[in-house]
Amino acid sequence: MMVLELFLEFVCLSFVAFGGATAMLPEMHRVIVGHHHWLDDTTFTHLYAIAQAAPGPNVLVVTLIGWKVAGLLGALAATFGMCLPMSVLIYWLVDRWERFSGRRWQQAISLGVAPLAVGLIFSGATLMAQAADFRPGGWTLMLVTALLNLRYPSLHPLWLIAAGALMGLSSGL
Amino acid sequence: MNTAPVNAPPSEPSASPTLTALFWGFSSVGLSGFGGVLPFARRLLVEERQWITAETFNTQLGLCQFLPGPNVVNLAVIVGKRYQGWPGAIVAPLGLLAGPILIVLLLALLYDRYGALPLAQGLLRGMAAAGCGLLFAMAWRMGMAIPRKPVFWPFTVLTVTAMAFLRWPLPLVMIGGLLLSGGVAYWTLGQK
Repeated sequence: MMVLELFLEFVCLSFVAFGGATAMLPEMHRVIVGHHHWLDDTTFTHLYAIAQAAPGPNVLVVTLIGWKVAGLLGALAATFGMCLPMSVLIYWLVDRWERFSGRRWQQAISLGVAPLAVGLIFSGATLMAQAADFRPGGWTLMLVTALLNLRYPSLHPLWLIAAGALMGLSSGL
Repeated sequence: MNTAPVNAPPSEPSASPTLTALFWGFSSVGLSGFGGVLPFARRLLVEERQWITAETFNTQLGLCQFLPGPNVVNLAVIVGKRYQGWPGAIVAPLGLLAGPILIVLLLALLYDRYGALPLAQGLLRGMAAAGCGLLFAMAWRMGMAIPRKPVFWPFTVLTVTAMAFLRWPLPLVMIGGLLLSGGVAYWTLGQK
């Protein structure tokens, strides 16, 4: 039953997932950790960290959450729940898109959704930092990573994650 | 509906990838990127295989970004459908996701087995801190790309307040936010 519930939760989430899976972090945290108590704070941040360090689309954090909540079936249910509704919709919509594209209301939604997506990602970062309950070393590492990434955009983020992992290993943060 | 390529201008590259090519093409896209594979999708589709033109890529991506859900998965559905109809629309996203899912599940197994060890805990804490930093950087970069900041940034602040501090449900925030922010956007578009 858990698997079905998981599937339905992610189907619901997929309809408001503007900005992709990353923008969904705060809502996933609210539903998975806060509402259902399927995972605790620490596990949630760990899963996000693992997903970031693995290759593939951002949506894979959903797969990991599903796995941790209900095993292999859970992983598949969560991933399909997240991907299926919009895939079906886009399959149907793609041939009709040209007609909508460029209309004023269509532009208004694209323009209007952008600041919300930024807010969602910022909220996700805030909630993750809260949930991880960093000590001063962790906060410093977080800040330095953010600044390095902004200052040197061509430096692959994976190096920063690897550096973070090494710092965590050696110092206990 | 699913026989001819959709909206293909005469200049469209004529190569029509098979189901197998779609599967492996998108597999390579899925496996090549960390923390987002969109740039890799563009390189494969437009530059390497020339399955679609740069212009088509931009329009179709516009639709993918307009709709909620994972953009790259949506893009795979579009490209798959374009060349192989509904089987393509299933095979392309499966190719995109199959490899990364396997890897991530393997990591999950390792996490289940060794995650509680102090060494792994330190490692994960460090990765989480770096990951958080990347998220803040991403939010900052996207925020700087928003046009008309004085008009639209307040909606970012409202979203953060509602989500991170008041912990309101996302559907409520998105519907309310879209009505307000989209409404203002509609109005500013009329001003030009």
